Order: sequence, then C-alpha cells, then structure tokens
Amino acid sequence: MDLIREHPILDFKHGRKVRFTFDGEELVGFEGEPIAAALHANGIRIYRLTPKRRQPRGFFCAIGKCSSCFLVVDGVPNVRSCITPLRTGMRIETQRDKGVIALDAE
Amino acid sequence: MIRVRQTEVLVIGGGPAGLSAALEAASLGCQVILVDGDLALGGQLIKQTHKFFGSKDERAGTRGFKISEILLKELKNHRDRVKVHINCTATGIYKEDGVVSCVIGEEEYFRIKPERIVMATGAQERLIPFPNNHLPGVYGAGAVQTLMNVYGVIPGKRVLMVGAGNIGLIVSYQLIQAGVEIAGIVEAMDKVGGYWVHAAKVRRLGVPIFLRHTIKEALGDRVVTGALIQEIDDRFQPVGREKKIDADIICMAVGLTPTCELLWQAGCEMIYVPQLCGHVALRDQFMRTSLPHVWVAGDAAGIEEATAAMVEGRIAGLDAARSLGKGDKEDLTERLEDLQKRLGDLRGGEVGQKICQGLACCSIQGWGA
Repeated sequence: MDLIREHPILDFKHGRKVRFTFDGEELVGFEGEPIAAALHANGIRIYRLTPKRRQPRGFFCAIGKCSSCFLVVDGVPNVRSCITPLRTGMRIETQRDKGVIALDAE
Repeated sequence: MIRVRQTEVLVIGGGPAGLSAALEAASLGCQVILVDGDLALGGQLIKQTHKFFGSKDERAGTRGFKISEILLKELKNHRDRVKVHINCTATGIYKEDGVVSCVIGEEEYFRIKPERIVMATGAQERLIPFPNNHLPGVYGAGAVQTLMNVYGVIPGKRVLMVGAGNIGLIVSYQLIQAGVEIAGIVEAMDKVGGYWVHAAKVRRLGVPIFLRHTIKEALGDRVVTGALIQEIDDRFQPVGREKKIDADIICMAVGLTPTCELLWQAGCEMIYVPQLCGHVALRDQFMRTSLPHVWVAGDAAGIEEATAAMVEGRIAGLDAARSLGKGDKEDLTERLEDLQKRLGDLRGGEVGQKICQGLACCSIQGWGA
C-alpha cells in the first residue's frame, strides 16, 4: 500500500487490516477508513465511468458532496466512497451506470 | 413510519464551529443532537498540521488537529446532553413542519424535529474550468489533505498545485512533509495570496511558484499524467508559450465557497457576498438568521478561518440556548459581549478588512421582536 511511513508531525494509527475485493481482485485495507482511501492506497484511481460518455471519475472532494467517487458496494450503487467506512469482506465494484434504487426499501 | 427524534438544539456539522456551538449549548443545559457527514468529528481541523495564528484565547501556536482534540475533550464533559451521529448527512429541511431529514451511511434514514438549529455546514472546494478537469487525479486541496494527513495515504508522486493562497501553500508544504514532490504552484495573480511565512517555507524548499500563470489543460487519457500551464496578462488572457508539467496529481486550491443548501431550503434570507466567497445568510450579531429558530456559524456563514469559526460557533450555541430560556441573563450578556470582542480582535488586522467589508453586507443589528 502507498502509505506514509514516517512523518515529522503525525503518527498514523491505522485500524485492523481487512480483506476486500475490487472488481473481483482481492485487496487489503484498514477497517473503518474510507473505501476511497483504501483504494487510493492500493493505486486505484478510477472509481466509476460516467453513464453516457464513459469518462473515468475518481476521488475529488473527500467530504461526500461531489458525487465523483460513487462506487457499487455489496450491490448498492452510488455509495459515497470517501465517507463510507471499509468493512471486512466488502465487495466493491466500479460503477458503470446510474445505478438503480432498490424499490423494496421501506 | 420513520420515527422523529426530538431535541432542543440540532447542530449540523461537527467542525470547529459546530463543535463549539454544541458544547456551549450543552453547557447551558440544552439537549443537543450533533450530526456530521464525516467518519470523525473535527471537520477540517483534524488534518491541519500547522500551528494556528490568531490570539492566545483561541489557541494560537497550537496545531489544528490538537485544537480539535481539545474541543472534543470539552464536548465529552457534556456527553450526557449531546447525542452525536457521525457519518450522518442532513439531507433536507422541511419548512412545513421544521423537520430535518438525516441519513446515516447511505441507507438508514431518520428525522429530527429540533426546537433550534445551528447550521455549521462548513465549506466546499471551488473548481475552475479547464479541459479534462474531470480526470481522476484532479483533486481538491482539502481532499488531498484528508488522504495524507488523516489516513496516511501518499496521494501521488508529483503534484501540481493550483492556487498560492494559504491553503495552496500549506498543502504544498504538507505534501513535501509526506515525501511528495511538488512540480510547482500556479497562481493567476501577480503575487502570492497567502501569508508570507507559508510562502517562504515552500520557496526555501525550492518549489517554483508560477505567478500570473493559469492551468490550460489537464493531460492524460484515463488519469492525470500532467498539465499545460501558461502565463496570463493583466486581463487574464493567455500570453506566451505553454509549459508542460509532469504530474500525477493536480491539486486545486482555488478557494472555498460556503455550503449553504440547507440554509436556502430552510428559507433563510440569503445574499451573495463576494468577500465571503458565496451566498450567505443574513444574520444578527448573535449569528441568528432571518428565521428565528436558525443560527449559522463558521465557514457556512462566510469563508474565513477556523479560529473565527470557533468563536462564531460559541456565540451561536449560547444565543440559541438563551432563546430557549437557558442560562443566567446577565452572565450570558457578558459572555456574548466578550466573544464578540474576541471576534472583532481576530478581524482587526489587514486580512480581516475584507471579511469586515463582507460582513457589513449581511449583518443585521437585531431582528427586532
């Protein structure tokens, strides 16, 4: 992972290492940290493709406001990966369309 | 039916302003709900590794993330009265019944019916238009800070910074601390916008600052591989030859704008104030908006900095509690006057002039009965 090993001021306390998959590939990240950060540390920059022009989008605002980093997580589309914590065993996929809302929700 | 939670004070946003508002309201005995969209409280403070300026009262000389720790400790003293929801976004506010809808994560919706609301929603990054500005690798400066200073992730190998204001300069320095190379800093104006001390730090480390330059285009097919930059004249028209810069990250530090959607939705009277960097709510000297049950504080009330945000938050929290009949009248009047004086002192310098001009456009001396 592309992690800062030494820092003059900060001392990073990462959580437990957990396994997850991205488009089927098994990766390792830290539990509770944003999915976007885990992917970035694994060198992944493209999180979704725009529905019409298929342009790549990735990380951008990191505060859950810009929609750039939407991903499909465990089948749920449009997940704001910059503010969604990574959990063990998550199945994360590139989002390739607008996503569909599950209508059986309450 | 999704249940409705009642509370005396709802604080939206757990950054410096919101934390300050929540702990002051709670200190006067209010039941408080504090919601924040992020995974931790503290807002942008938690990634500020530099020492703050300002006055001693507001902890000048302390690093930003330490200030956040101090506020959180103070909040803990009131934990029986403050219910905190993190990873919780306030998604809407309904004028008809005063209900605020929230979602934890992406799926778990609930509603809050507060008697008073403090909007401390902060700010969001501005972006400037240029071809390929959508490419992965074009990141907001705040986002880059989050990656490296909160989560310890190396954002990239070589960064082009756009904007030489305080944020652009500070984040450049922090990138170097994290071991990342800075290809250069591009600034459209003919001088550095940030404090001299920050500019001197990066200059000493040999980072080129391209004044009177703009970014013409991000390069790259699927992700950023570089950028074209070009000199501009007095009317911001490109002149001279384009320069190609190799970089895998283009970091945008071209300013912030207040996050004001909920204020609009609530029906607060809003005004565009360039000095405060966007639309802001009209407010009285206690940060109360045109809606008698809604206060605003921090960057949501106009882009300034974290120290002023904390003081504004305290004012808003105290005044919201006062409006609910909490606290001792005389004591509160004194405390609020003291806070207003501190705010005035913070804005006393040259940098504060622009803020004061902006505030003159949106401040009301009391909303009357």
